[in-house]
Amino acid sequence: MGENLFTGIAAWLSALLNAAGVPLIANDIILMVVKFVAILVFILVNVLWLVYMERKVSAYIQCRIGPNRVGPKGLLQTVADIGKLLSKEIIIPRLSDKIVFLLAPVLIFVPPLMIMVVVPWGRDMAAVNMNIGVFYFLALASLSTLIFWMGGWSSYNKYSLVGAMRVVAQMVSYELPLVLALLGVIMLTGTLNMNTIIEAQRHTWFIFAQPLAFLIYFIAGVSETNRTPFDLVEGESEIIAGPYTEYSGMGYAMFMLAEYANVMLVSIMCTVMFLGGWLAPFGWTFIPSWFWFFIKVYVMIFIFMWIRWTYPRIRVDQLMGFGWKVLVPLSLANIFVTGVGMYIYRAIGW
Amino acid sequence: MLSPWGAVFIFLAVGIVFGAGGIATSFLVHPRRQYASKYEPYECGMETIGPTWVQFKTSYFLYALLFVIFDVETIYLYPWAVKFQSLGLFAFIEMLVFIFILVVGLWYAWKEGALEWM
Repeated sequence: MGENLFTGIAAWLSALLNAAGVPLIANDIILMVVKFVAILVFILVNVLWLVYMERKVSAYIQCRIGPNRVGPKGLLQTVADIGKLLSKEIIIPRLSDKIVFLLAPVLIFVPPLMIMVVVPWGRDMAAVNMNIGVFYFLALASLSTLIFWMGGWSSYNKYSLVGAMRVVAQMVSYELPLVLALLGVIMLTGTLNMNTIIEAQRHTWFIFAQPLAFLIYFIAGVSETNRTPFDLVEGESEIIAGPYTEYSGMGYAMFMLAEYANVMLVSIMCTVMFLGGWLAPFGWTFIPSWFWFFIKVYVMIFIFMWIRWTYPRIRVDQLMGFGWKVLVPLSLANIFVTGVGMYIYRAIGW
Repeated sequence: MLSPWGAVFIFLAVGIVFGAGGIATSFLVHPRRQYASKYEPYECGMETIGPTWVQFKTSYFLYALLFVIFDVETIYLYPWAVKFQSLGLFAFIEMLVFIFILVVGLWYAWKEGALEWM
């Protein structure tokens, strides 16, 4: 019953609109807007929950209790925080580039939202089953760099400028290993369609076929989301809050929301490419596919948080050195090994 | 039928509306208490010295250059990876030569110290 819950709702809505005599194209557009709203609400609820979860996880790792006053068990803490930020003045610095300064928080949430259009949330549950899904993800994920740069540069603040420079250098450097690591999976499946990639993992998850690629992707993913141990761009002790130093109120909240949406996105891609997406392990299909997807994403998010509160921040020269001298050569080697390996498998007729 | 790019466009448009809506709502409800020092650059209570938009360290530029080279490489690698299984051994070796040339470039940048943080 649970398996077809969401596809059933979509089909019912479509039939309802058809019966009401709505033309086909308007029907599609209405359905897509409904999907958008559903995804947006899902992401916002998850992001609010993730901020709370992060604070709880960090608290328990540091032997504290964490937020526990607002709402039951402190569950409404983030809601209260957003409410507070909404009612705070948005300060536009006198010397800043005002249009770009305001444009950055408006746009920062757009790339993660647009990527969600291709995410297969469950069996037949992608909003759009795009044949170049992985490429689309990579193309849009790199757009965030530009928006961080817009925010940092237009603030006319030296901390913001240094932070923005670091964002660009870091995200650009770690994007290469991320992109090259996914190539191994693409070579094995011969497709860029996310649903087909998941179907190809029916027998073996690619985390077992491509362990090195998974590791490289994971490290680069932590770096792409600017989280500890790679959070030099917003290292509080040296550059206050990096690119967001001058942002207050809702502008700051948008950057915060986008950060957690990006964490979710990296975990989602990890699940799709390496952990078998919505496929049920051990044949446990009594749990619906979308719930499996959800569980796997949350396992990945928990590991991200675990790492954040375990490792200290590294230095900027170590960061760049590690990216260019270790991860890029390793990911190139992974492509080579995958290619040769596939020829060997074919030669021995496996 | 709505094409995939139509759906993407809907997501783009509604996404921008969402972001602008959040900021606009804040502008409607937030308090305004204006005084001059509030709008100065935030610098721990000090007045900022000198201009901020200055020429910056070139190391960042070197990384950007290297990135452009390798990112263009990935554009060529993706179509090849999709067709890898049907293209055969010749294409594989061709791509290895291509990657090898780029690795030589990376090695050269490494040797010349472009990857060192100075």
